[in-house]
Amino acid sequence: MGIKPKLRALAALAAAGLALTACGSSDSSSSTAGSGSDCGHYNLAFLGATTGDAGALGQNMVGGIKLALDEYNKAHSDCTVGLKVFDSQGDPVKATPLATKIVQDTSIIGLVGPGFSGESLATGKTFYAAGLPSISPSATNATITESGWSTWHRVIGNDSIQGAADVKYMENTANAKKIYLIHDDQDYSVGLAGFVKTALGSAMTGEDAVQQKQTDFGPTVTKVTSASPDAVFYAGYYPEAGLLCKQLRQAGYKGLFMSGDGSEDPAFVTTAGAQAAEGAVLSAPAAPAPADFNSKYKALNNKDSGLYSTQSFDAANIFLAGIEAGKTSHADMNTFIGSYDKTGVSGPIKFDSKGDISAQTIYAYKVTGGKLDTANPTLIK
Amino acid sequence: MDFGFLFSHFAELTITGLALGAIYALVALGYTMVYGVLQLINFAHSEVFMYGTFATAWVAVWVHGTTSVSQGLGSTLGLLALCLIVAMATSAAVALLVERLAYRPLIRRGSPKLVILISSIGASFALSEIMGLRDKFAGWFGVENKLSDYVAQARNVYSSPVTVDPHKVFEFAGYGVTDVDLLVIGAALGMMFALDLFVRRTRLGRGIRSVAQDPEAAALMGVNSTRVIRTTFLIGGLMAGAAATLYMLRIGTTRQDAGFLIGVKAFTAAVMGGIGNLRGALIGGLLLGVMENWGSAVFGTQWKDVVTFVLLVLILLVRPTGILGESLGKARA
Repeated sequence: MGIKPKLRALAALAAAGLALTACGSSDSSSSTAGSGSDCGHYNLAFLGATTGDAGALGQNMVGGIKLALDEYNKAHSDCTVGLKVFDSQGDPVKATPLATKIVQDTSIIGLVGPGFSGESLATGKTFYAAGLPSISPSATNATITESGWSTWHRVIGNDSIQGAADVKYMENTANAKKIYLIHDDQDYSVGLAGFVKTALGSAMTGEDAVQQKQTDFGPTVTKVTSASPDAVFYAGYYPEAGLLCKQLRQAGYKGLFMSGDGSEDPAFVTTAGAQAAEGAVLSAPAAPAPADFNSKYKALNNKDSGLYSTQSFDAANIFLAGIEAGKTSHADMNTFIGSYDKTGVSGPIKFDSKGDISAQTIYAYKVTGGKLDTANPTLIK
Repeated sequence: MDFGFLFSHFAELTITGLALGAIYALVALGYTMVYGVLQLINFAHSEVFMYGTFATAWVAVWVHGTTSVSQGLGSTLGLLALCLIVAMATSAAVALLVERLAYRPLIRRGSPKLVILISSIGASFALSEIMGLRDKFAGWFGVENKLSDYVAQARNVYSSPVTVDPHKVFEFAGYGVTDVDLLVIGAALGMMFALDLFVRRTRLGRGIRSVAQDPEAAALMGVNSTRVIRTTFLIGGLMAGAAATLYMLRIGTTRQDAGFLIGVKAFTAAVMGGIGNLRGALIGGLLLGVMENWGSAVFGTQWKDVVTFVLLVLILLVRPTGILGESLGKARA
C-alpha cells in the first residue's frame, strides 16, 4: 500500500523535471508576430546562450534587442516586428541545427548573433548559403571575418585589435617590461592569447594554460611568482580570472593583473574579493553605456544592463532601420547593412568589406575602490 | 619538460598539493564508505559536497552581508566554526535525502545494482539543477527579491564575501607555509583519524564493517542494515560538508556544477587508494593532489589530468584493487 503513493510522487517529480528541462531548451519563447494588413509580419532572430553557464550574457543581449524592438514597435504600432529567441547554450553543436531552423523560417529578416565565436564559426556557412544577414553583438574571434561570409557582421572589435591594444596598455601605460601570459585553452582565449603573444615578442617571460572550471591554480601561481613579472595577462573568462587574481595576490604577487573582455564583469571583483581585485585592469572593445540607456533598459527588463547589451541594442536597431527603409529582402537588407553609417549607443558603427566594424576602439576598465569602474574607462590609443 | 622547476619549488608544490589532496580525500571518504557497504558508486556525492559549499557561503553572507572583506585566519575562526557546523549539517541532510529517495526504495525492492546506479546519477542531476534554478523556486514563493543575496543569478559563480588572507607561519625549504595550508591539512587528517577510530572501535562501526563483509550474515546476527546504510551516508555527508568548508576557505567561490570536478577527482582518489578502504581514500587523495601539482610543474598545467590518470592506470595495472586494496570490511578499516 505504501508504495503506490510514493511512486506517484516520484512520477510527478519526474514530470516536473521534464517540464523544467523543456523550459530550459525552448527555442522560440517570445514571438510577438507583426500586425496590420500590408505589413510583412517580420521577425528578428537571436541565436546564442540564454541558459547554461553563459546564459547571463545571452540574457544581456536579449534585453538589449527587446529594448530596441520596444522603442520601434511603439513608433510603428501598425506594423510591429517580433523576436524569436533560439537558445544554443553557447554550444556550437546545439547551434548548428538551430541555424537550419532559422534559415527555413521565412518570417526572419535578420539575425542578431550568433553570441559566441565557436557557434559563429560553426553556423556561418549555413547563414551565408541562405543569404541571411547577421550582426553579432559579441563574437570577437578574428578568424570569423576571414571566411568570406559576406552576410556576416559584428558591431564589436575583434581579438587581434584587442590583443595589440592590451599589450600597448601594459607596456606603455603600466610600464611593464616582463609579462606573463596565461589562457584557459578555449577558442576565444587561445585566439586572444595568440595576438597578445605576437605583440609581446621578447617581453613575454613565460606562458601557462589552465582549464575552464579549474579553481585551484597552485602550480600556475608558483610559476608566475618564480618568474616575478611586472604584469600578468589572462585570456579567459571572469570565474577563473577572479580566482587566479586572488590566488596570485595571496601568494604575494604585486604586479599588474590584466585580462580581456571575457573577464570584464562585476563578478570578477566578487570572485577575486575586493582587496585582491583592486587595481586590476580589464579591457573591452566597448564604450560604457550612455547614462539613460540603463534606466530605459531597467524599466523594460527589470534588471540592469550588462556586457553586450548596448551592442545588441545597436545590432537590432540596424535591422529595424532597414525594415523602416523598406529593405525587406535578405539581399536588400545586406546591402543596407553594408552602407550603414551612424553612431549607436556603443559607439560609431560602420562596417568594412569583411563585416568588421571600422572604428575598433578598445577601452581599459579599472577596478578601483572595491568595484569595477564601468563609467570611466581609459581609451587605449 | 621542466624538472628543474619541480626541484627548485619542490616544497611549495608539494604542500599546496597536499592541501588540495586533503580536500579530495575527505570527499573520497563518502564514495569509499558507500561502496564498501553497498558495492555501489554514489554519483550524487559530488552534489552533497556542492550543497556544503553553498551552505558555507550563505552563512558568510548572512553574518557579513555581501560587502567583500579580507581578514586573517584568527579573526575568522568563529565564523569558520559556524560555517563548518552548518555545512556539515546541510551536506549530511542532503546525503540522507539521497539515501531515502534514490537508494532505499530500490534496495528494499531488490533492484539490480545498475538501476540503483542510474538512480544516483539522476539524483546528482536533480540536485545540481535545483541549486541552479533556486532563483526560480524563490520566485514561486515571491521571495526572490528578499533573498536576492542568496539566490540571484543562480547559475553564475557564487562567492563568499569573506576572503581569508593566508599568513606565513614558518619557512620550509624556501616556501612560507601558511596558516591556511596547516589548518586544511590538519583538519582533514584529524577527521580521518576520528573516522578511522569510529569505524574500528565503536559498535556502530562494527556494524558497518560487518555489513561490508557479508550483508546476509550481518542481518542474521541482528545488524539492522538499513540503519547501517543510513549511518554510512550520514558520515559521508558530514565529511563532505567539512571538505566543503575547507574548500571555501581556500577557494572562496562555488557554482551549481562545482561538485562535478571535485567529485571526479575524489572518486579517482578513492579508486587509486583502493575503493572501500578508508585509509586508501586518504592516501589516494593526498597522492592525487600532489601528483597534479608535480605534473603541472613538469609538463605544464594543461597536462595535469593526463599525468594523474596515466598514474591511475599504472597503479591499477600493478594493483587492480588500488594501493591498499578494497577492504572496508577487512582488518584495515
